[in-house]
Amino acid sequence: MLTIDQATYDGIVAHAKRDHPDEACGIVAGPEGSDRPERLVAMLNAASSPTFYEFDSTDLLQLYKQMDVNDEEPVVIYHSHTATEAYPSRTDIGLAQEPNAHYVLVSTREHGNNEGPVEFRSYRITDGAVTEEEVSVVTQLPTV
Amino acid sequence: MAIEVRIPTILRTYTGGEKAVRGDGASLSALIDDLEASHPGIKERLIDPDSNGSDLRRFVNVYINDEDVRFIGGLEATLADGDEVVVLPAVAGG
Ligand SMILES: [Zn+2]
Repeated sequence: MLTIDQATYDGIVAHAKRDHPDEACGIVAGPEGSDRPERLVAMLNAASSPTFYEFDSTDLLQLYKQMDVNDEEPVVIYHSHTATEAYPSRTDIGLAQEPNAHYVLVSTREHGNNEGPVEFRSYRITDGAVTEEEVSVVTQLPTV
Repeated sequence: MAIEVRIPTILRTYTGGEKAVRGDGASLSALIDDLEASHPGIKERLIDPDSNGSDLRRFVNVYINDEDVRFIGGLEATLADGDEVVVLPAVAGG
């Protein structure tokens, strides 16, 4: 199960709506091993595409260096689908390379840049196998 | 000569869980061969199988002292004692 706080959830949804019709992407970092998505980092989609996303290679290095300094890891890796359902594509599955991350997909196909509900779903992707998991949105993450 | 190589989570199965290992080589290509000798299997995860050994995989990023090696000669990029190499899988999808 993915447990995520409302503000972070809203931040991901807002980013997806803002970048529609291109795919939006980013991560939520958290302390290593904690499974707590605490720090939302919206990334630039270097592909600027409605059907593909990729972090810019320089941004990627900076991101990982910062996480290293903070003893963090990517707890959530998110991106949006802008014309299809919020389910990992074959490309998503083939390129998933963070075995410990929750892969969050948001679909903006319904309302695009406008207000309105989105599909928000979470998966584990390991060795080509996709397992959907429950998403629990809480007011605040429990205190440690 | 010693070069520190930072290993991403997904490749730590080849390094006994180590986040960083030491290697040796005057070029990235030589370094990868040296890593392969101590961590068998890792080379195949870095080199594009369709490139006849001449190119990195498209969705693996390698940096030497913070520079993406794609801009400094790819596998032919030169290395010197004390250089830091970082391997990061691309975060990408469709
Ligand atoms: Zn996708």
